[in-house]
Amino acid sequence: MTTNAVLQLSLALGLLLACVKPLGWHMAQVYSGQAPFFERFFGPFERWLYRAAGLGKCLEMSWRQYAFAVISLSLLSFVAVYALQRVQGWLPLNPAGLPAVSPDSSFNTAVSFTTNTNWQGYGGEATMSDLTQMLALTVQNFVSAAAGMAVLVALIRGFTRSTTNTIGNFWVDVVRGTLYILLPLSTVLAVALVSQGVVQSFSAPHQVTLLEPAVGVDGNLENTQSIAVGPVASQVAIKQLGTNGGGYFNANSAHPLENPTPLSNLLQLLAILLIPAALCHTFGEMVGDRRQGWALLAAMSVVFVPLLVLVVVAEQQGNPVLQNLGVGLAASDVQSGGNMEGKETRFGIVNSSLWAVATTAASNGSVNSMHDSYTPLGGLVPMWLMQLGEVIFGGVGSGLYGLLIFAIVTVFLSGLMVGRTPEYLGKKIGAFEMKMAALAILAPCAMVLLGAAIAVVSPAGTASIFNPGPHGFSEVLYAFSSASNNNGSAFAGLGANTPFYNGMLALTMLVGRFWVMLPVLAIAGSLAAKKTVPAGAGTLPTHTPLFVGLLVAVVVVVGALSFLPALALGPIVEHLSLPKSS
Amino acid sequence: MTKTSTHLLDTKILGQAVAASFQKLDPRVQLRNPVMFAVYLGSILTTILWVQSLGEAAGTTGESSGFVLGIAAWLWFTVLFANFAEAIAEGHGKAQAASLKSSRMTVAAQRLSNLKGRVTEEVPATDLKLGDLVLVKAGETIPADGEVIEGVASVDESAITGESAPVVRESGGDRSSVTGGTRVISDWLIVEVKTLPGQSFLDRMIAMVEGAKRQKTPNEIALAILLAALTLIFLLVVATLLPYSVFSVQVSGQGRPISLTVLVALFVCLAPTTIGALLSAIGIAGMNRLSRANVLAMSGRAVEAAGDVDVLLLDKTGTITLGNRQATRFIPTAGIEERALAEAAHLASLADETAEGRSIAVLAKKQFGLRGRDLEQDQPTFVPFSARTRMSGVTIDGRAIRKGAAEAVETHVRTLGGFLPEDVRTAVQQIARGGGTPLVVSEDAKVLGVIELKDIVKGGIKERFAELRQMGIKTVMITGDNPLTAAAIAAEAGVDDFLAEATPEAKLMLIRDYQKGGRLVAMTGDGTNDAPALAQADVAVAMNSGTQAAKEAGNMVDLDSNPTKLIEIVNIGKQLLMTRGSLTTFSIANDVAKYFAILPAAFAATYPALKALDLMHLSSPASAILSAVIFNALIIIALVPLALKGVSYRPVGAAQLLRNNLLIYGLGGLVVPFVGIKVIDMLLAAVNLA
Repeated sequence: MTTNAVLQLSLALGLLLACVKPLGWHMAQVYSGQAPFFERFFGPFERWLYRAAGLGKCLEMSWRQYAFAVISLSLLSFVAVYALQRVQGWLPLNPAGLPAVSPDSSFNTAVSFTTNTNWQGYGGEATMSDLTQMLALTVQNFVSAAAGMAVLVALIRGFTRSTTNTIGNFWVDVVRGTLYILLPLSTVLAVALVSQGVVQSFSAPHQVTLLEPAVGVDGNLENTQSIAVGPVASQVAIKQLGTNGGGYFNANSAHPLENPTPLSNLLQLLAILLIPAALCHTFGEMVGDRRQGWALLAAMSVVFVPLLVLVVVAEQQGNPVLQNLGVGLAASDVQSGGNMEGKETRFGIVNSSLWAVATTAASNGSVNSMHDSYTPLGGLVPMWLMQLGEVIFGGVGSGLYGLLIFAIVTVFLSGLMVGRTPEYLGKKIGAFEMKMAALAILAPCAMVLLGAAIAVVSPAGTASIFNPGPHGFSEVLYAFSSASNNNGSAFAGLGANTPFYNGMLALTMLVGRFWVMLPVLAIAGSLAAKKTVPAGAGTLPTHTPLFVGLLVAVVVVVGALSFLPALALGPIVEHLSLPKSS
Repeated sequence: MTKTSTHLLDTKILGQAVAASFQKLDPRVQLRNPVMFAVYLGSILTTILWVQSLGEAAGTTGESSGFVLGIAAWLWFTVLFANFAEAIAEGHGKAQAASLKSSRMTVAAQRLSNLKGRVTEEVPATDLKLGDLVLVKAGETIPADGEVIEGVASVDESAITGESAPVVRESGGDRSSVTGGTRVISDWLIVEVKTLPGQSFLDRMIAMVEGAKRQKTPNEIALAILLAALTLIFLLVVATLLPYSVFSVQVSGQGRPISLTVLVALFVCLAPTTIGALLSAIGIAGMNRLSRANVLAMSGRAVEAAGDVDVLLLDKTGTITLGNRQATRFIPTAGIEERALAEAAHLASLADETAEGRSIAVLAKKQFGLRGRDLEQDQPTFVPFSARTRMSGVTIDGRAIRKGAAEAVETHVRTLGGFLPEDVRTAVQQIARGGGTPLVVSEDAKVLGVIELKDIVKGGIKERFAELRQMGIKTVMITGDNPLTAAAIAAEAGVDDFLAEATPEAKLMLIRDYQKGGRLVAMTGDGTNDAPALAQADVAVAMNSGTQAAKEAGNMVDLDSNPTKLIEIVNIGKQLLMTRGSLTTFSIANDVAKYFAILPAAFAATYPALKALDLMHLSSPASAILSAVIFNALIIIALVPLALKGVSYRPVGAAQLLRNNLLIYGLGGLVVPFVGIKVIDMLLAAVNLA
């Protein structure tokens, strides 16, 4: 790695780390029912909301009620997003006069945004009206993120409470998460982004005359280009903060109006990892032992950093085919060198690689470069990060509750190895927790494997695989990894806006979201009902490097064992088939 | 129970186990273990594939029928090895059960139809009902479990304890329970039948060691779920590999889609077969280890709970200290000869048959050569200990000699116009502070001095408590002594805490308190008054010499009636869990190497570039796959001794223990198969098998 790369990566990760403690503490306050500073402004509004909804603030829910609330909110969201897309042609704030979205694409998008996946089978600016983008998509960016965080908080309450059958109130958690965490943060970020040149406008697309005529899709010479604008900054802020990733524009954060400068790039990158990282500290605060939170953050980082370095090195080395042709791929003061195909020159190798790893580690899915064009190893890492179950940072809330599921399995295994019924944070892990944990790990894994299997042997699936050789397989595998784990990024090159892929991917998104959420809530309920066992000398501490190492090993081994055969037929064989660079 | 018949590699047991391995091929037996059932189905499938390959011209599937046969054969071996592991563990249990059964032959019982008139009728033991009274005379076998209501007899309990020395059983007190199948050696007993035939202690014991009634323990269930989930993941991985390979063959234009045989082989290698095969053997072996330690557990759950115990309640007497207090010193008051005090104390203790009383006589004899005189002509009047006076003694030659607690004697002499001298009071306090028990001796109104009785702490007990502390277990001493005495002994023995002046209620409260705080409590007990506490404790070990009530309340019975056995039980419980955990880790870690063997081999024709993953440089694709399958089968057999013996447990902190086991079974599990598969591959290549 170049010195430049080391400096940039350290700067980004250092800034992130600096934010973890204050934000984590603040979120713990919010979910513990105390956030005096913000309550002074929004408290009356919050209370008015509960009154309007006929909800006593202290109404506690059992895990089943909580789960029912999660599902009903998601169902309602799904219906709203679907309907808005289908009728956008007749609604206002549609300056480009876009027609209704097709049923299968609407279905896919509605599922995608309610599951916090934000897989986009469509091109944003050419499909969605401003109203749809704001009222359907942006709203979902908030709601689905707040729901994920709420489920995490419910699980944390399962650990902290003892012999009770309630785990908090979902509606209260969603409202507080939105009002006191997501809204303030995205307001600040949106304003900062506008200062960098991200557009925020309701005007119709701008028509500009091209300096040089270009040949259009229909074969005619085009002299003008239509440049779409819209309420972009407001959507981009929450798209990153809520690990949603659905861009306003088709090109996502590679688009100059969505991510114009290196500074806007840094801010967005931080926003991707900000809440998932800080939630670790929230966890530590809420369970009353900060070391537990730091241990989980350490586990995430231990996986994140080496993979990040791997991608940067692989991309910086570039394509051996070009190298063998004598193309200069070395980094210098005037060029990034390496594999620049599909990358923006204003971001270069390092910031593109960092983004690619961050966006797939966190289940964000926004891109500032095209992952499809990465070297085989550079593309393998983002794919595998998703296949790990989106637990390395992961989605807001969902990442940490996913990692906690792995922690439960780790505790179980290590508990057996020290000859004691396993316990985590004073809660004994029994057969029920193991059953639910197994389900939560199995479901997304199964959807990736099965989805890709069906796609590669069905004519409808293979019809839109445009790349030859193992890369075509990699694209399909990537798509299902992304959808099942609610990431949303894509290897382009696969024609995914077909009824087959829209339907299949939507299905995997649903399973990947709810078959993890429901077991997590079931575990929360079961843990809350248990007694808390005080720690003794025979208890295995869960904040030590030893435990972190074992947790990482479990995550990595499960991920490797499940996907090694599939990866071998995709990126691994692609990599091994590359010519040696001379 | 004989302790010799359970040697690890008894040829008789081995022979039976081999036979049982084949009997267990019954699908109904296989269905009980999901992991091995999957392997079982794989074996059937590959056998069918082999039969099919015989009829086909060579080259249609791309693999020789010899290869398919090799895979099929080794998959069957895998199943058989798993059966063998279970059978050999059961074999050890059965051997123990057989020796028990021999003492369960039908016996005739002398049922009393009239208690007063001693009228008996002979009925088969199987016809006895609850509450029946039976008379058992010397040389007869006790027909059922029960409670002695009359008589004293020595009983040979070797059938269940393996201990040849007979024990005394008598009505009343804590030695009143008798076990069916044991033999009365001298005198007679009248026994009230307390269990129905078929539910007796011996029956339950036989069922337990035979493993017939073995229920899965909570951790075993949780582990089974984890293993099933892993199996399911690998099933998916393998099943989806077929479409992936079909597609890969299409796009690469070379090779063949992966064959069913290789898919099955891959699946069996990946599925956690090592732990799956050994899981039930580990459980059975754990119970066997327990019965080898002469402890009978009423359920496997109790054994597992023993590994989790946080607090150990131990009775002081017999567990921490040697049996009873013993006299160690005579301290006369000013103006009295030590010998005179010893003599008086000796006289007062002559009729005192308690161990303490005897120890006074012993001390008097040792120090002053005093002997029990023939007292008949002196016509002594012995005053037995009573709860009211809290004194005992003798009136002889007109001398009223009394001994008892300081307060009691003080009250006694005051009524006669005497007093407690200051030097005696000081001595009494000193003895109490030092953990001893002072007994004051008086003659008429005069106090002669103090006898010091001391608890003798067992040798080595302090080290055992230190071990327990390292294991994270807190020890609490239970004693009827006053707090001062208790504190001194607690300090000497090195326990963490003590409960002084313990009543059965206080014991129960203490257990509840600990449990409310989320702790798991273990205790031992023998008396009927221990029963409530035993019932409340999570792990309750009743002494076999104890009452029927205590045995019913506990979830384990120690046949040796040795209270320190709890420590051993905790070890066995922990070992049981550790063996499961370590072998699971080992099993999963093994998969990494198997991938590196099988994946490049399976796709050798489609993607030759994947050859780079063949880190072991195996001789051919066929031999690579076969080697992995053979390794997978052989490792089961190789680990059978470990499964039976259990992973060794040393009392170190949890983190240290985890680090050690991870190093051995985690890292070992990663490395061993690389070596093993390579060696098998070289052997196969050498004999040209594949």
